[in-house]
Amino acid sequence: MSERARVELLLRLADDELILGWRNSEWTGIAPFLEEDVAFSSIAQNEIGHARALYELAARELGVGDADAIAFDRKPEEYRCAPLVQLRLVPDWARTIARHVLYETADAIRIERLKSHEDAELAGIAAKIEREEVYHRLHAEMWLERLRDEQRYVEAVEELWPYALGVLDPELRPALAERVGRPEVEAVERSAPGEEFAALWEEMTMVRRSAPVGAQW
Amino acid sequence: MIWEVFRQERKGQPFTHGGSFHAPDQAFADAYAREFYARRQESVALWVVPREAITAIEEFPDEFDLKYRRVDGYSIKARLKEARERAGTG
Repeated sequence: MSERARVELLLRLADDELILGWRNSEWTGIAPFLEEDVAFSSIAQNEIGHARALYELAARELGVGDADAIAFDRKPEEYRCAPLVQLRLVPDWARTIARHVLYETADAIRIERLKSHEDAELAGIAAKIEREEVYHRLHAEMWLERLRDEQRYVEAVEELWPYALGVLDPELRPALAERVGRPEVEAVERSAPGEEFAALWEEMTMVRRSAPVGAQW
Repeated sequence: MIWEVFRQERKGQPFTHGGSFHAPDQAFADAYAREFYARRQESVALWVVPREAITAIEEFPDEFDLKYRRVDGYSIKARLKEARERAGTG
């Protein structure tokens, strides 16, 4: 695997996890009920933790700074995250859960694949991430059981399905279609992020951009 | 539905009550218990129990004052005093 391809793979994964973690954390304090607020925020934190581990590998590969430098010092158009994770879904819980279920299903497929990667470091980090993702999937599944026949949830899955396909490389999409039980349609592919992402980026990088160089926390 | 959680801090130790929360069913309760009481590795095991499965017993009548059943049933002090008086050493 070329160094370029390896960095690209790491950044796609890491950007997906960071931005999804960010979006999910927008529910902190306003989730449907207190218990879910704590659980969903915790999952968001886990996702950001995964992003951090992946950025660290990428930072070493690129020979630049640290995880934070890659996470926050890039321009908005340099992020590789899938359109699915960029959508701002607050305050729509049905769509949030639909994204959660679809993302976790897609993520399971690529993490599984990555666990048997020839690159031992990538395989190792995939195995570590997988041990936490198991609980994210359990959480997604229990909500799926509850909402699967609700009209708003059904419509949300319908709407987000082309986005979910776009999370995976084309060769992994048939597996996702099979697991979700939907036909493969034209995916919403990764591309330069749009306005909705620009607003997120503004907010996410604000502290980093306004802190003096060398500030210690 | 209210759930009670008991947590064990280290293997071999007794479970102690951790707290309670609302959850609609066992799957949600398990997930929330994990987040609330084990996320920071502060427990090695949890018991997650619907509150209604717990029988609370709070009345323990002791109408005839059978104080000899209790460890504090005997007043050694009074008996000691009696015995000393009898022996003339009090």
